[in-house]
Amino acid sequence: MKFLKFLLVGIFFGIVLVKSEAVSWYRIYEMFRFQSFHMYGIIGTAIASGILFLQISKKGYIKNIKSANIFVPKKENGLIRYIIGGIIFGLGWALIGACPGPMYILLGTGTYSMIIVILAAILGTFIYGILKNKLPH
Amino acid sequence: MESILNPWSWYVSGPLITLVMVLLLYFGKTFGMSSNLRTMCSIAGAGKFADFFKFKWKDQLWNLTVVAGAIIGGFIATQYLSNDNGTNLNPQTVVELQNMGFKNSGETLVPDEIFSIEALKTPKALILLIIGGLLVGFGTRYAGGCTSGHAITGLSSLQKPSLIAVIGFFIGGLIMANFILPLIF
Repeated sequence: MKFLKFLLVGIFFGIVLVKSEAVSWYRIYEMFRFQSFHMYGIIGTAIASGILFLQISKKGYIKNIKSANIFVPKKENGLIRYIIGGIIFGLGWALIGACPGPMYILLGTGTYSMIIVILAAILGTFIYGILKNKLPH
Repeated sequence: MESILNPWSWYVSGPLITLVMVLLLYFGKTFGMSSNLRTMCSIAGAGKFADFFKFKWKDQLWNLTVVAGAIIGGFIATQYLSNDNGTNLNPQTVVELQNMGFKNSGETLVPDEIFSIEALKTPKALILLIIGGLLVGFGTRYAGGCTSGHAITGLSSLQKPSLIAVIGFFIGGLIMANFILPLIF
């Protein structure tokens, strides 16, 4: 039962990303070619409403399920890992048109070849784990 | 019902994606889909090869449950909540893709030329899927997050590292879509 709420959040997430067309390979291509506002609108309104929510919650009006303050973990400072890692991620994102959420969602829509992408992504993460200490961060 | 079956507009979709983040924060967790790739490495025994994968993966089972839900959500959305009108792309995009050899742009969620079982019989599509997956999996962990962790959660909480990462996402995406894809297709 503890996990039911997470399953429901996941289902909602999957539905929203399909209905918003954010899982569409074509929408991602269109975004990176600056030929449509659609994806910028989605990301922009998502961030704007996220900022609004977190600013209100910071004032202490909104608590989490355990009555504690809403907590967002801080990313550690750095430059190289974010810019280089970000570029590598972006290259893959525009090639397959899917980031780590949509990969699974697209599998659910019947794009079975996504299994290959997911397995390759797991392998990519494994390679990072092996090389981590040798990479500049 | 019609408004549910049609594609949802950006100003409805964006805040609904944030609602996913809000719900997970409310449950005392965070919105980050790429962490699951690391969890799956750990479950598969990657801890034997690198300390990076030695952690209590059972604490991450909630996130794998979100993944399971996302797969089900994708199924529900396409089977029960969609008409087959396709994606309303910019006509210029459609022409451009046609010239690159992509037929029927926007009629499906992903191009058959890369993702169909037919296409997989050619080494090209298979290699592209593998390279794409490797880049995403490696890049997201190097950058410490993906679209959900950096672009949505990180930028919503006004974190500089996430801004740098998202700039990186866009540099990479722009290079791929504008310079590399035209070379491949």
